[in-house]
Amino acid sequence: MLAVTFAPPVLHIPDGFLSVLVALSLWLVTIVVVIIALRRVNADLGERQVPMMGVLAAAIFAGQMLNFPVAGGTSGHLLGAALATILMGPWAAVIIMTCVIGIQGLIFQDGGLLAMGANIFNMGIVGVVITHFVYRSIRAAAGNRVWSIFVGGFLSAWLSVVLSALITGLELALSGTSPANVAIPAMGGVHILIGLGEALITVGALAFLYFTRPDLLKIGEAKPAGRGIWLAGLVMAIAVAVASPLASSHPDGLEWVAEQQGFLMHAQSAPYHIVPDYLFPGIENQALATILAGIVGVLVVFAVALGIAYARRNKNAASAASQTQH
Amino acid sequence: MHVHFLDPYHAGGSPIHRLDARVKLALTLAFIITTSLVPFGAWAAYILLFAIVLSVELLTDLGIAYFFKRAFLALPFALAALPLIFTVQGAPLATWSSGAGTFTISVEGVERVVSIALKSWLSMQMAIALAATTAFPQLLAAMRALRIPKLLVAIFGLMWRYLFVLADEALRLLRARAARSSASRDAQYKTGGAIVWRARVTGGMAGNLLLRSFERGDRIYDAMAARGYDGEARVLPMPALQAAQWLILGGGLAVCVLILLLALLLA
Repeated sequence: MLAVTFAPPVLHIPDGFLSVLVALSLWLVTIVVVIIALRRVNADLGERQVPMMGVLAAAIFAGQMLNFPVAGGTSGHLLGAALATILMGPWAAVIIMTCVIGIQGLIFQDGGLLAMGANIFNMGIVGVVITHFVYRSIRAAAGNRVWSIFVGGFLSAWLSVVLSALITGLELALSGTSPANVAIPAMGGVHILIGLGEALITVGALAFLYFTRPDLLKIGEAKPAGRGIWLAGLVMAIAVAVASPLASSHPDGLEWVAEQQGFLMHAQSAPYHIVPDYLFPGIENQALATILAGIVGVLVVFAVALGIAYARRNKNAASAASQTQH
Repeated sequence: MHVHFLDPYHAGGSPIHRLDARVKLALTLAFIITTSLVPFGAWAAYILLFAIVLSVELLTDLGIAYFFKRAFLALPFALAALPLIFTVQGAPLATWSSGAGTFTISVEGVERVVSIALKSWLSMQMAIALAATTAFPQLLAAMRALRIPKLLVAIFGLMWRYLFVLADEALRLLRARAARSSASRDAQYKTGGAIVWRARVTGGMAGNLLLRSFERGDRIYDAMAARGYDGEARVLPMPALQAAQWLILGGGLAVCVLILLLALLLA
């Protein structure tokens, strides 16, 4: 799996790696979401946006050429879903990413045609929805303070890449073209790093725009995207948190090999577990326990993020109040 | 420097070039769906599919090497399928013991991995043939014929029109960064700042690119509005398909169905 690490955009699934059932169902979901997005964009933004979205899609495509060296010949890249979402709002970002992924597949064979529905779903829909959910939550919790643009930008960009990757792994596993307990951890692991590059570039771009044209950062905020997308983001995050450990702990594949060789014993050397091996104490049903542990994990992570955001807000509000008193 | 070399379209007058884009797009999709539906290990069907790909490639007059070279781009992805040779249970092909334990490669596992790699390779070559022989405006017309929403096709069209302009813009940003950065040929001298700093610089470039695009988008809209744009993308109606083109479409679809039936019978 190491060689995959060095090929940055490994999220584009080629044809042949998805079963027809998986590919067509994801095409169906994608078509529905894109049609809704087209309606919303048309209603919200009007005719002015057609040339703007075409140019921004071209810009995201071209922006993927921008890279920076990391180490050992690898480089950090921009994928752009998070930046498009933060700047343009979720519906417009879905359209922009659809165009980017469409051209990549149709013209440059970066991703397949039958698999394009899945690719648009993974990067254009999951990436956008997760970004919107995380960024909006952090912005709102922080009372729209300036620093939350960057913290929200970083976390949302990183999480959107990681969750897109986990979903890609799930799809490969569902299609039977890669063992679940290899595909999901490998995709997730690689993209935890790739996502850091994405997050850093996104923050850099947001910082540049904040200092030069802060008005541009308000375009995406001006449109009330509604609770729907935010809720979809929460559901998606929980669904991935539930499905990935469930799928990758299935006693199949590598684990089976490992059991045969008996090196599972060596693997259990962590000195402590808060939620031991994703299982909840006192619950008999293994699957149920795993799901519960996944949900609790997601909630804990977000509770911590939101808690920090609230604490910062109160502190800032207090210091602002004390300044006005003097 | 301009990045027009990115465009994979090669002008030509081969039969594949002359085939209607709607027929080409539909048949490419049919071929890829057929390839995906063929069961693992139905080798006869794979040979037939390969024969079709090969004949299409020969008919394009572009040279087979062009297709083979580009199609290998998808190969790294096949690594994702590689672990299947151990995990799919079946008749053992080879077993060996090393320090880590015993590894068994199953016949079924190898069959599946080879099938997946072949499917991906064949589908990719057909997609390359489509992109190499169809000019983009024709592809847009074909997309409209496949009932892709007009607004989306219009955005696709505008994106394509400015894709190379903005790719040039990105190249200029990269060249400017290279011109302002020092580098030593001697590997012992570390060049460049910390990774976070490098990422920030790249982020600034990305922000700059987006800023320029926002401004360009505004100018484009003004120019379009000045020429009477009212939000409606108007296109010439497409001519009806000729009998010969219908025949090719029908024949192609029939071949796909036959191959599929054969593959299912063999499996």
